[in-house]
Amino acid sequence: MAIKRRDFLGQMAAGSAIVTMPAFLPGCGVNQATQMATPTPENPFMTWFGVDEAVITRVMTELTANGADTADLYFQHQRTNNLSMEDGIVSRANSGISQGVGLRVVIGEQTGYAFTEDLTLESMLAAARTAAAIASGTGLVAPQAFNPKKTGDLYSIELPWADVGIDQKLPILKHVDAQARKGDPSIQKVSVNWSDSDDRVMIATLDGHLIMDHRPMTRLTAMVTATRDGETQSGYSNIAARQDFSWYTEERINKMVEEAVDRTLILFEAKRPPAGEMPVILAAGASGILLHEAIGHGMEADFNRKGTSIYSDMIGKKVAEPFVTIVDQGTIPKERGALNYDDEGNECGRTTMVENGVLRSYLHDSISSRQYKVGATGSGRRQSYQYAPMPRMTCTFMEDGPHTKDEIIASVDHGIIAETYTNGQVQIGAGDFTFYVKNGWLVEGGKITAPIKDVNIIGNGPEALKRISMVANDAKLDTGGWTCGKNGQQVPVSQGIPTVLVSTMTVGGENVS
Amino acid sequence: MSADLQDRAAQAIEMLAAAGADDAWATAGQSRDVEFNYRDGALEKVKDTTSQQLAVQVYAKGRYSSHQTTDLNPDRLAGFLKEAVAITGALEPDDQRAVTSAELFANRPEADLDLVDSTVEALDRDQRMAWCVELDGAARQHERVISATSAVYDGTQTQASASSNGFSGVQESTYCWLGANVTLSDRGERRAADGFFAGSSHVGDVPDAGEVAGTALKRALVRLDSEKGPTGKTTMVVDSRVAASLIGRLMGPAYARSVQQGRSFWADLIDQEAFSSKLTIIDDPLIVRGLGSRHYDSEGISAKVLPIVEQGVVKNIYVDTYYGRKAGMTPTTGRPSNRRIDPGEHSLADLLGAAGEGVYVTSWLGGNADGTTGDFSLGLRGHMIENGEIGRPVGEMNVTGNLKDLFTRLDAVGNDPYPYSTTLAPTLVFSDVDFSGV
Repeated sequence: MAIKRRDFLGQMAAGSAIVTMPAFLPGCGVNQATQMATPTPENPFMTWFGVDEAVITRVMTELTANGADTADLYFQHQRTNNLSMEDGIVSRANSGISQGVGLRVVIGEQTGYAFTEDLTLESMLAAARTAAAIASGTGLVAPQAFNPKKTGDLYSIELPWADVGIDQKLPILKHVDAQARKGDPSIQKVSVNWSDSDDRVMIATLDGHLIMDHRPMTRLTAMVTATRDGETQSGYSNIAARQDFSWYTEERINKMVEEAVDRTLILFEAKRPPAGEMPVILAAGASGILLHEAIGHGMEADFNRKGTSIYSDMIGKKVAEPFVTIVDQGTIPKERGALNYDDEGNECGRTTMVENGVLRSYLHDSISSRQYKVGATGSGRRQSYQYAPMPRMTCTFMEDGPHTKDEIIASVDHGIIAETYTNGQVQIGAGDFTFYVKNGWLVEGGKITAPIKDVNIIGNGPEALKRISMVANDAKLDTGGWTCGKNGQQVPVSQGIPTVLVSTMTVGGENVS
Repeated sequence: MSADLQDRAAQAIEMLAAAGADDAWATAGQSRDVEFNYRDGALEKVKDTTSQQLAVQVYAKGRYSSHQTTDLNPDRLAGFLKEAVAITGALEPDDQRAVTSAELFANRPEADLDLVDSTVEALDRDQRMAWCVELDGAARQHERVISATSAVYDGTQTQASASSNGFSGVQESTYCWLGANVTLSDRGERRAADGFFAGSSHVGDVPDAGEVAGTALKRALVRLDSEKGPTGKTTMVVDSRVAASLIGRLMGPAYARSVQQGRSFWADLIDQEAFSSKLTIIDDPLIVRGLGSRHYDSEGISAKVLPIVEQGVVKNIYVDTYYGRKAGMTPTTGRPSNRRIDPGEHSLADLLGAAGEGVYVTSWLGGNADGTTGDFSLGLRGHMIENGEIGRPVGEMNVTGNLKDLFTRLDAVGNDPYPYSTTLAPTLVFSDVDFSGV
């Protein structure tokens, strides 16, 4: 219970949002779904949750007994498995089942929310009455039938994770460990973390839709500790996606391990750059964290409908050079941030936030899209059945620009390249954002001269956008396991970017006297 | 309710034994949580939930695994626990894994920590709405307010644990918190924003709603017209409200796990005079009404006061049973409770006066630290210290250094420990700190 309290305290940061790489939680586990009562070909999801249309109609009626603009039932069953390896043995597993239904009533900008883990009619009705208390109007007629929407295929997998045994996963962890130890004689410790999950959601909406989605996810992480002449350094790498077991090819795994080893060993030579303002080159890929923090959060429509974002009055305005186009797109197959439908049952799509330098569209949930009288962007997401949805990012990236990576490096007389990151954060109102650079390079006279490490970079969203002075043609999405936190809710996201030059940002570092 | 949870934990132990576990630990939990959000004169969200879960740890044939579920349907739960034992059997053996030794259950404190206030359960909509309205009114008392969101959170949490070697215990606590976030119009498109939340296990200890929201508004107002401060080396005064976060960074690798895995700058510091003599950190689980107080930790180890750092000398780190065995260290506890940082004699005003100039940090923004080396770099907001007083607001700056080195330069500690945190930290003053800004 002490933990719970701390989680709660952690939610109270004022108007800020963060993104992090996975923490190294001990964990592990395995397969096999809960026994399904009697599988029917009709609707496996209803069977899974042990409900039928009549039950959903009954609960929806209770939920909207005092009126509603929208209402939904969010059924979820998530099975998570983790395995971890330390000191040469795979000796820890964790498995978890998270099952329940979230019940939501929305009237205007008001939300009533309750959930229950007990999927009996009695418990669901009680939760529905609790959520309905937000409203005080007259009851609605709930749909008597729910039309299933077409199942999405962005991340259909051959074999559910529930059917992959520990015996199949264990050799992969062993391989990562052996491969990392081969990397350099200075490597003393290797730890490997594996996780996979099958997440099944079924959303029933007041307008009579039924949305079903099976969302797989997996992640593999290697952490390396090396010692040279009494000095110890550690580093890590990971890969994550909505993929199945066949994704883990030897080539993919070896590349990830090589990154973990390289990122660690370079730290023995790396120094802090001098402190202060300087040009920052963002390496292609994970540097998409800049977009996530500098603009993505500020474009989430809940902040804007409340007037609390620095971008609240900037739609249609020029915010960047014409070669800057920034997109949030949930429909990139298999990506960690991909979604067929958002957690309100709206189809995910592609939202252009900045088009050729002009601010175009916020990321909407159903509350904000009604208020702004625009179509849903499929951005209503939630951590689980325990939370009400709000506007969130999915896969956020910048399109290719007209320059090349070499041109960009050659143009910088004194600055840095930021390459790998651990986390970022933004203060929505002021627009100030930060990201933490784990590895990078010093650039002097247009050439890369030395490795750097462990510096925070801080900037202001709209100012940083204006200062994007060059964009290369090498855009790529990062395959790392990014998780975004907002108001205490964590959701998986992806991000990407081509090589980009920001003409100046404030770089943490040392003051050479 | 606690009797039901105790039965559930005990039954899980029996079922795991029947399925072939040699030893097991089980924790059954239940929580009720209510949240009211109120924005700009209207109720925005009410969330009212009751949640249940069961977590188990399984020891079988020299192997170990952990599992948790919210699906307590008896048939499916039986299958889940059987599968938990089967999963354990598929792992590699680890002879360092064992259920907590019963010796560590001994001498469990019995003192009443007063963590439960029965009036929390009796709170009704009218009371929560009254707080919301009062918070909202006070938070919006300024012409530059664009929006203010007020919130009231309260609830009860109960956990019952049992083990195959005789552990049995129940811990329960209540909470009631309130506060507000305020956004103001600033120059151009900028908004100045900040907030303040306060609370307690007891309704009677919760400060006046108007004062809490007034503090939130004041904190936002001082952010207006903030600019980037200068790059340079100077004194850093860390406000007590955000000192806990810096202490948290320092303590991040102070665990047997990190030390055993070679990822802790604390490894060489035990019994050493590692930090400034002004620094004393005590882990104290026995503070009456403390936010992190308890009678035993998550492994069942009986709570006791644990000095971590005394006048700069490292006395203990956090040691759980598994990594204690692996690293050859005696278990203390693997989980922090409350941390008391010994206060000094001077007020914030005195400390700013003594500093003369420097940066007064009132909030952090992002940043991170490397637990292996102690290297850190953090974003910050605050004020310049000018002629010994709080000067112009600054932001968009970083502070960079090494934690081990920074805490040798802890020059002074305030008399003002911040109460609304599990880490009770006062104002901290450091000399010769690297800032980057303009």
